[in-house]
Amino acid sequence: MIDTLRLTAEEATGLVERGEVSGAELHRAYLDAIAERDPELHAYLCTVDEPDGEGVPIALKDVISTRGVETTAASKILAGYKPVYDATVAARCKAAGLPLLGKTNLDEFAMGSSTENSAYGPTHNPWDPNRVPGGSSGGSTAAVAAGLAPWALGSDTGGSIKQPASLCGVVGLRPTYGTVSRYGIVAFASSLDQVGPIAKTVRDCALLHRIIAGRDPLDSTTVELPEPIELPQAEDLKGLRVGVPKELNEADGIEPGVSEAVNRTIELARELGAEVGECSLPRSVEFGLPCYYLIAPSEASSNLARYDGVRYGLRVGNGDIRAMYERTRDAGFGDEPKRRIMLGTYALSAGYYDAYYGQAQKVRTVIRDEHDAAFEQFDVLVSPTSPTVAFELGARTANPLAMYAADLLTIPSNMAGLPGLSIPCGLSEGLPVGFQLIGRQFSENLLFSTGHALERALGFDFVPERLR
Amino acid sequence: MFCRCEVAYFDPPNTHTCPVCLAFPGALPVPNRQAVEWTILLGHALGCQIPDRAIFHRKNYFYPDNPKGYQISQYDQPLCVNGSFEVPSADGDRVIGIERAHLEEDAAKTIHVGGAEGRIHGAEHSLVDFNRSGTPLVEIVTRPDIRSPEEAKAFLQLLRQTIVELGISDAEMEKGSLRFDVNVSVRPEGSDELRTRTELKNMNSFNFAAKGIEREMRRQIEIYESGGQVDQETLHFDPNNESAPPLRSKEEAQDYRYFPEPDLVPLEPAAELVERLRGDLPELPSARVRRLESEVGFVLAEGLVTSGRDELYSRIPGERAGVANVVMNELAAIGLDPSAVNAEELGKVIAARGEIPRGAFAEALAESASPGFSADRYLAEAAIADVGELDPVIDRILSANESQVEAYRGGKEGLLGFFVGQVMKETGGKANPKIVNERLREKLRG
Repeated sequence: MIDTLRLTAEEATGLVERGEVSGAELHRAYLDAIAERDPELHAYLCTVDEPDGEGVPIALKDVISTRGVETTAASKILAGYKPVYDATVAARCKAAGLPLLGKTNLDEFAMGSSTENSAYGPTHNPWDPNRVPGGSSGGSTAAVAAGLAPWALGSDTGGSIKQPASLCGVVGLRPTYGTVSRYGIVAFASSLDQVGPIAKTVRDCALLHRIIAGRDPLDSTTVELPEPIELPQAEDLKGLRVGVPKELNEADGIEPGVSEAVNRTIELARELGAEVGECSLPRSVEFGLPCYYLIAPSEASSNLARYDGVRYGLRVGNGDIRAMYERTRDAGFGDEPKRRIMLGTYALSAGYYDAYYGQAQKVRTVIRDEHDAAFEQFDVLVSPTSPTVAFELGARTANPLAMYAADLLTIPSNMAGLPGLSIPCGLSEGLPVGFQLIGRQFSENLLFSTGHALERALGFDFVPERLR
Repeated sequence: MFCRCEVAYFDPPNTHTCPVCLAFPGALPVPNRQAVEWTILLGHALGCQIPDRAIFHRKNYFYPDNPKGYQISQYDQPLCVNGSFEVPSADGDRVIGIERAHLEEDAAKTIHVGGAEGRIHGAEHSLVDFNRSGTPLVEIVTRPDIRSPEEAKAFLQLLRQTIVELGISDAEMEKGSLRFDVNVSVRPEGSDELRTRTELKNMNSFNFAAKGIEREMRRQIEIYESGGQVDQETLHFDPNNESAPPLRSKEEAQDYRYFPEPDLVPLEPAAELVERLRGDLPELPSARVRRLESEVGFVLAEGLVTSGRDELYSRIPGERAGVANVVMNELAAIGLDPSAVNAEELGKVIAARGEIPRGAFAEALAESASPGFSADRYLAEAAIADVGELDPVIDRILSANESQVEAYRGGKEGLLGFFVGQVMKETGGKANPKIVNERLREKLRG
């Protein structure tokens, strides 16, 4: 009997390698778990019955193109669309022998922080089904947390891996921009999108990241990794300089329970040998969110222009091409993509470009410089991943600005192109709290080793209490 | 430009496509290195500066031929800027300023079905062929330095020849691999203002462009002379019907929402590459026109170079103007592959042109590209040069055509050709043309 709730991907790999369990048996065990628990959670948009590979199966966020398997980005406009090609990350998983378990739910086109913006219905948090799993990779994080997948890939633009990982009590890495190929990823905001691993442990994340990371000739924005990804072993944090950015830790809206869990973890880091000091990222936190909401919608307004009903996906109407475009896009896009297309179209318009998109790009340089300055004194910066624990379904759907604030703490480092790891660090009101570790460009190995040492010391039980 | 599909003009529709050029979700562009290098090479030929850094931008608009909803183009940081292109003319060089040359991807081809003349207006439906989608396309923008339809034509011809010789495109207008839009404005003589311009689209031949400009100039002059104002608009010509009035469309204030393409990193061509490409430049057509002008005059020099026949001309020995004439007229009419012609042997035939029968000369030209072509055979066909043999024929013809003889003597000297023709006919083309001419002139004088 395979306990998918407890089994880590590393353990599962061991079982398969030692011949104790076959890949097909593993695949079956997860499909059984999905059949049992996913009707309540709705983490998956579709599952794959026959494993294509002998290794540990994987769930992919439904923005990742999978040859022959429907890829919708949780949008009606891509209903029925089956890609003719695999995204590079899907191909790398396949090449590593990881069969596809299924495609996970998300906010439509990865636009959202709760997975409630899915055109196919929301995903529920395994810790409390009345609450959201976070987003936009909420399907992937819920699947891992509920034992419906040993590991999964998500994508992160403004915090879409880190924030739902935090809300579901799992580990998620947003890699350095340019280290993981975007080829085949349904684009939201090209200069920010990055695919990353989601798993129960830091070591699982490192194992998966090793498979997907590295330059891809099909994505011109990717680079060679300066060093290979290593499996973390660290047990202490001796000599590590940990910076605590004031503005990220004292921002309005951070729940007391979240602060407490994070502060305990910072204390733990000190006990493990780290030097902890305060630092400041004033402009990054003040301007990060507004700049993000200019850049991301601007790029999205252009990226989503291809969904025009001509070549694939939904088409509504016939005859006049303009009318067909309008009716298709009106019926195919949900409110959030429409809102962002309009914002972005406006921000890029003649006469507004310099004041909005152009200015936001300049601020991005300021944010990068501010982080660089902090990294002259520190190796890792830490904060809560999300200001709050998982909120109730529907609590923020009527107020987009409240929803946007969920990414307040993850956006600044994303704007700077930096890697960030979220690990669970405790509970507040019975719900997981995420601890965010931000590193220099290409410092994933350091984030993994730091995260791993903390994870060991924290002893967080990743199985949701109600499922134990 | 950004995918690996083959460039194929006449293949069945939608047989050269991929996720990138069909804009499937998630597909990303990867720039074509060869296209970037060739654009820099072209930039050198146009006397452009090659900036250290060039950027691709997205140009956003909805149209079925534009599958991504944006075209990847260049905006304020193109690959080539600030050039000048010299166009030799009979009275000195004209220098045409080059604003910029930038690299972009071509759109797909739309075919409108059911409307008149394949136009979108009134069409029942449209089909899209994505074979052309994503083909590298260079757009060259001149400064407003061209002053006449003739100058426009000369510029375009020389530009086309330059592109062909660089080997970067076949630049064939019927394939659409060379296209141009012409902006026209007029002004009073002596003025240097630039008045409202109109843009002529769908120009698909040099003559068509020159005629279009001519027409448009006349139209604008008439408007100004009757006290009106020219509107800024775009005139779409029907390439299949040159005399049809153009369709007009007001220039919409189209907002393309340009922004830097985030899927691509800036192009920063290495200085060594830029210099190596400069070194790869062959002697350019404009330089050759000037070189040949002193040998054969401007008209023949320009004709030889822009038709790509000057290489053959240079290989054929002999009196230059005579050789140039044969290359441009008789040989061009036959349509031989110039590179296959045996120039040495042909030179002998051309030198003996006056001594051999016309028929033999024509035959020699026709055979000049065949393997084993030799001048000897044709030179051996001695023409009838014996006056004793020719005079009776000439006398017979003159007495049979008394009225023409009188007309000639009355001043219609152009009739000489008629008499030559008659003699040639009578002798089966074997008479020595030089002797026939001499004898006819003498007898007609008398």
